[in-house]
Amino acid sequence: MHWLTTILIFLLVAGALLVVIAPLSQYWLGSIAALVSLIEIGVWITAVGKFDFGSPGLQLGQQVAWIPDLNVSYAVGFYAFSLWLVGMAVIVMAACVIYGWWVGRTRARAYFALMLMLTGAIVGVFTAQDLLLFYAFFEGMLIPLYVLIGVWGGAGRMRATQLFVIYTVVGSLLMLAAIIVYGLQEGTFNLTQMGPSGSTWIFLGFVVAFAIKSPLFPLHGWLPDTYRESPPEVSAVLSGVVSKAGLYGLLRIVIPKFPGPVHDWRIVLLVLASVTLVYGALLAFRAPDFRGVVMYSSMSQAGLIVLGLFAANDLGFDGAVLQMVNHGLISAALFLLAGMIERRCSTGEFRLLGGMARGRPALATVVLAVGVIALAVPLSTAFAGEFLILAGVFQQGWGWAVVGAVGIVLAAMYMLRAISGVLHEDVGPAVPDSALDLRLGELAVVVPLLLCLIGLSAWPNLISGHAFGGNHARATIAQGLP
Amino acid sequence: MIIKPHVDWLALSPSLALLAATGIQLMVAVFTSGWTRKLTSAIVTFGAYAAAFALAVVVAARTPNGGAIVADSIFRDRYAALAQVLIAGCGAIAVLISYGEQWAEDHLAEYYALLAAAGAGMMFFVQASNLMTLFLGLEWFSIALYILTAIDIDLVGSLEAGLKYLIVGAVGSATLLFGSALVYGITGELSFDKIAAAGHPHDAMLVVGLAMIIVGLAFKASAAPFHMWTPDAYQGAPTPVTSFMSSATKIAALVVMYRVLVVAFPADERLWRWAIAAIACTSLAWGNIAALVQKDVKRILAYSSISQAGFMMIGIASANALGVRALLYYLIPYSAMSLGAFAVVAARERELRVPVTLDNLSGFGWERPLLGVSMWVFMLGMLGFPLTGGFIAKFYVFSAAYDAGWWWLIVVGVVATMISAYFYLGVVRSMYLRDATELQLAPAGGSPPREVVLSTGIVVCAIITIGTFFAVQPLIDVCRAAASALPI
Repeated sequence: MHWLTTILIFLLVAGALLVVIAPLSQYWLGSIAALVSLIEIGVWITAVGKFDFGSPGLQLGQQVAWIPDLNVSYAVGFYAFSLWLVGMAVIVMAACVIYGWWVGRTRARAYFALMLMLTGAIVGVFTAQDLLLFYAFFEGMLIPLYVLIGVWGGAGRMRATQLFVIYTVVGSLLMLAAIIVYGLQEGTFNLTQMGPSGSTWIFLGFVVAFAIKSPLFPLHGWLPDTYRESPPEVSAVLSGVVSKAGLYGLLRIVIPKFPGPVHDWRIVLLVLASVTLVYGALLAFRAPDFRGVVMYSSMSQAGLIVLGLFAANDLGFDGAVLQMVNHGLISAALFLLAGMIERRCSTGEFRLLGGMARGRPALATVVLAVGVIALAVPLSTAFAGEFLILAGVFQQGWGWAVVGAVGIVLAAMYMLRAISGVLHEDVGPAVPDSALDLRLGELAVVVPLLLCLIGLSAWPNLISGHAFGGNHARATIAQGLP
Repeated sequence: MIIKPHVDWLALSPSLALLAATGIQLMVAVFTSGWTRKLTSAIVTFGAYAAAFALAVVVAARTPNGGAIVADSIFRDRYAALAQVLIAGCGAIAVLISYGEQWAEDHLAEYYALLAAAGAGMMFFVQASNLMTLFLGLEWFSIALYILTAIDIDLVGSLEAGLKYLIVGAVGSATLLFGSALVYGITGELSFDKIAAAGHPHDAMLVVGLAMIIVGLAFKASAAPFHMWTPDAYQGAPTPVTSFMSSATKIAALVVMYRVLVVAFPADERLWRWAIAAIACTSLAWGNIAALVQKDVKRILAYSSISQAGFMMIGIASANALGVRALLYYLIPYSAMSLGAFAVVAARERELRVPVTLDNLSGFGWERPLLGVSMWVFMLGMLGFPLTGGFIAKFYVFSAAYDAGWWWLIVVGVVATMISAYFYLGVVRSMYLRDATELQLAPAGGSPPREVVLSTGIVVCAIITIGTFFAVQPLIDVCRAAASALPI
């Protein structure tokens, strides 16, 4: 019995309730939310301190009976990889909450309460060890996101929320059907006790739900509207953190619990991942605006991570976990930067932008630094992650590695195009001379994310070497993550 | 000498308490007027429902092993007692919703008297143990509801709704009566258990009778294709009446339907399982698809109640121990969500004094945060989202279907839920995502009425909706104890 995981989830829920009832002004509500999300990082660091990275089993676990009638329980806990994902999530969420505070979102009470609820649900997804609880958190993410996009989003927000909800609900209800059948077959819903299943239908129910969230081609139809119409910090959360819930589901549930179908469907999934990788990169290269580049690159990266996951070897798994954390930080930072640029120029379109580097050294430095890490320049942490994934997938067949390498070349092309489209070239018509450099508040949001990336670049093995207790990823997963 | 049957007054007490309230307040109304009449009527009715609630709990506590009593005409068991507890709860909350409604003063006492009488009829109905008491109970509460629907003759559509409900409802009752006659004709028995013991399971006359009984009860449960009256009656009736009809009537009809099927017709289980499954699928399909194009919130909720009946009937069609638990559990969050949702509609109606449509809900969530959040909870609950009992209810119903070997019912339910996301979230969209200024709407004037009584009712419903998500096992234990009275 360990309360730490539960505290990590419900501190945020309590924070959300506090924001709802506290009789304070908008500014102070934001400060409470920021404070709660910083305390959350502190609690996470405590959890890292208590975690034994040498052991592959579930740690800091807690289990309380919820519906003993059907053997459903409140079971939470951490594996090493979920610990890193939670860390990435709470850091990104803190940055986004603070950004929302800094820009002074209207209807602050609802806004900050929903942001904290969303964070709680995300931490819940990464720590739940009961399938029904996992589903509850997975669906729980949708409720705040729906309102966050629908209320604070751009002009096309109605269509965006509808597409987003339709895709997500279809996916997750298929998963619910799969969960019910799988759980009743096994006689328990506790993931650590459930044995492997050979059912293709159940497998597909999970895969579709996770492929929509990630998103994988051809289930990415919700992506453009949702990412363009959301407020930038919500896009940051969506692409940085929420999409990782889908990839995490593949790693935690699909691969360990469905060894037979995973084996049979490996080629299909690797092909879909490759298509996602290349197609996303091409779309990013053609995107007319900064957000477009970031969102399609995020789709492309999801394809790369799935390649790593279905490479089914130590290198692939370690690389995938590292890349999930990398991409979460990178994509959140890029979306926040996109928001900062849009605030200055009221557009993100390249044909109206350009030349912003002149006289704005902080903006230029930060955009360039994050962009260069995003395109996986050697010595960066993204390079380490992508290299591990390519090496892993190479063992499945050299062809996959070639596709991956093409994707990485394309990444360099679209990122450099985006950087030069914003920072260099002639000064665009939408860039007013009065557009300021990054303010202190904005730097305080982005620079910590950048510092995390630089720290990981110095020591990527912190994650890739400590993601599966004892670093035997394949063996741990083959045992079904008991 | 006439042999009098032994009368178990305790078993009848929930029904009698409400009946007594009906009489008392009609007399009290003679001596009161104005706000005193409003207050006394409401207090008497609320008190009677509270008393019925308590008495049903006492009956449940003192009846570990149920059985038929009073010349084998009614059951005294935990199954009926649980249904009575739920109906009493719905009635009490319906009183809270009714309190602030602007009734014509000369109808006020009748309104509350009929509300209590309808409750009394349902209490009697859920105890029925033979075809005669079944029909008596059905007509008892139906007639009260017909009048309640049409009681506000100043309200546009109320009279029309009452008439439609009366005619269609009478067809339903007649079908039930005809079916009962056929069953009696072939078996020579009225009691449910003796019908089962009499044999003749696959005789054409018995099967036709069974089908007609199912149809008659499906009318009351407003399951498609026997739902024609539902949208008009729900829309036309005064909103507090709708809230009571949508929750309590559904509890009574579904609980009794399950009892009749498993007690009286166990040998025809295969037949009625398919019939119920077919009705469930039709309700799911029609309720959800028709709701997509509605603009009036009460009509949306009416179609939603049709589809919810479909979900609950999946539990009946499963015909297993898990299924009956699922059905009984489902009724708890469902009635809270339904009462609460109509109560929020009532609040908006009193503010605007026009029928509530999706358009004039715009911005409601920001104007009235408490009601808005509650409505959000009810809509997510109906949709079956986590943090509401609606999620667990659907989970249980689907589990029962799988347990019964009918996984395809899960698929139907899942597809229906996907469709329903559009209109349930449509209500949330209107409340939060659109601005009132965008549509140039303004409340009827002045600051909106603050109704503590109504808000209390809504908050209670919201607490039940969310609470049932957490306290699942205690409720399931209660449902299991109730289900033990049935031979399943």
